[in-house]
Amino acid sequence: MIISVASGKGGTGKTTVATNMAVALQGDIQLLDCDVEEPNAHLFIRPQMDAALTVATPVPEVDMDKCTLCGKCGEICQFKAIVVLGKTVLPFPELCHSCGGCMHVCPEKAITETDRELGLIEHGRRNAIEFIHGKLRVGEAMSPPLIRRVRGYTRNGALTIIDAPPGTSCPVIAAMRGADFVLMVTEPTPFGLHDLKLAVGAVRKLGIPCGLVINRADLGDDRVRDYAREEGLPILMEIPFDRRIAEAYSRGELIVKALPEWRSRFQDLHQQIQARVAGAPAAD
Amino acid sequence: MKELVVISGKGGTGKTSLVAAFASIVSNKVVCDADVDAADLHLIMNPSVRERHDFDSGHTAIIDPDRCTQCGLCRDLCRWEAIGEDFVVDPIACEGCGVCYYVCPEKAIDFPLNTCGEWYLSDTRFGPMAYAMLGIAEENSGKLVTLIRQEGKKLAEVHRFDLLLTDGPPGIGCPVIASLGGATAVLIVAEPTVSGRHDMERVAELASFFKIPAMLCINKYDLNPEEGDVIETYARRKGVGVLGRIPFDPNFTHAMVQGQTIVEYDAESAGARAVRRIWDRVAGRLAV
Repeated sequence: MIISVASGKGGTGKTTVATNMAVALQGDIQLLDCDVEEPNAHLFIRPQMDAALTVATPVPEVDMDKCTLCGKCGEICQFKAIVVLGKTVLPFPELCHSCGGCMHVCPEKAITETDRELGLIEHGRRNAIEFIHGKLRVGEAMSPPLIRRVRGYTRNGALTIIDAPPGTSCPVIAAMRGADFVLMVTEPTPFGLHDLKLAVGAVRKLGIPCGLVINRADLGDDRVRDYAREEGLPILMEIPFDRRIAEAYSRGELIVKALPEWRSRFQDLHQQIQARVAGAPAAD
Repeated sequence: MKELVVISGKGGTGKTSLVAAFASIVSNKVVCDADVDAADLHLIMNPSVRERHDFDSGHTAIIDPDRCTQCGLCRDLCRWEAIGEDFVVDPIACEGCGVCYYVCPEKAIDFPLNTCGEWYLSDTRFGPMAYAMLGIAEENSGKLVTLIRQEGKKLAEVHRFDLLLTDGPPGIGCPVIASLGGATAVLIVAEPTVSGRHDMERVAELASFFKIPAMLCINKYDLNPEEGDVIETYARRKGVGVLGRIPFDPNFTHAMVQGQTIVEYDAESAGARAVRRIWDRVAGRLAV
């Protein structure tokens, strides 16, 4: 089963929920940190890393001895990542989406592919948890291809928990697509509610069942709860604002370690998700 | 024209609350919300929209079943697994690269331009504001960020203001990179946590990569002063201007619930006083 932990708004507690749930559970568990722009889960899980892999995406390279400057490559490219300029062809690798179109249409077979580094994937363990995260190279714009590579580590039969990036556009979609359940972590503030609505819209487009965790549940107002009721979104957990939780978080400590009574609450959260996935009609 | 872009790396550190508070104490400026993925600034600024525009960008492939012979060339070449066995394109998976559209021997594929968001020019109680909202699950957020910053600048020129105050997106990827190009300086809002430190370091590195001068303030400083000190020390070593600290102040949330800035909600709160102090230092450094 794949559970993706998402939020819309940043800083609502995705990483807190994903890491604590992973540590509270037993069995074959994977934690995939797909917030590759700002991965934080490792700071709490502190895995023993055992492998690191540099990940790249293919970008075009032009053999000017074969090129006849016909311009077909520039014509097909939707991203202005390759242009014929005077007597040369200029690829802009940082704009390239790696579709391979230029290489395919080149009648002279003058284009081959080389690598643009996207970032790093690290793999490790903490007890029963298999941990994988991606780290986008600073200066690299495109996170979805790296997110997809991190998700490539998903094993059938394991419980895979994904820590998704904030927002509602392509990186989040890459981190939610194909999940069995999306757990939405929100806060009961106007910003939290506004971004939650956007994120729920995205989850519904993907046809995935979802439920809410309300963090800092006692700061703010009731509008998130009203919205959840109107939309039929189950509230699966509430975490109050507790300075002990905030301070433990600030030091990189898990709630289930600092306040052990939370272990069973995160187990209960997982059970509720399992029941909902088992009872949910198959997503198309 | 000077532009200050407020960024954070980590989400939820208080960028938008801070930009709104700045907006309520600074005159002769235009405010711009460049967090187009999850735009929230308007919830406090309560803008009256004067102009609304569609944001058209990118294309999506659509296969016409009447013309398609199911030869399979498009499926072979599509690197996004966006074309199903039934030759229907999944619009969410489609990258808009156009490879299928160009290669289809039957010309059975349409490739229409997408409307993937909206942008607005507006008036607020704190002056003009430009903001944009990307459609749900849409792409091209970087392009919309670039566009809305340009529109913000134009708006400032029309009003003869020489300051643009931009609320940036979280992260270090495409939309953040788009929010940095040509900025006078960035102000990084960090929180004193191990995550906050990790993310602040990456976003400071990004600003340095693009040679944009960076400044730092720490929000909720008293949550973990030791961690705050570590972040400030790192910043000084990297040439990032350390401007000050904002205490954890629930008035930020109370103000937000009322649709106000913290300065409006309680001008003498610890949070509001810290914001004014930090703005004075920002203004000094930007010479505005």
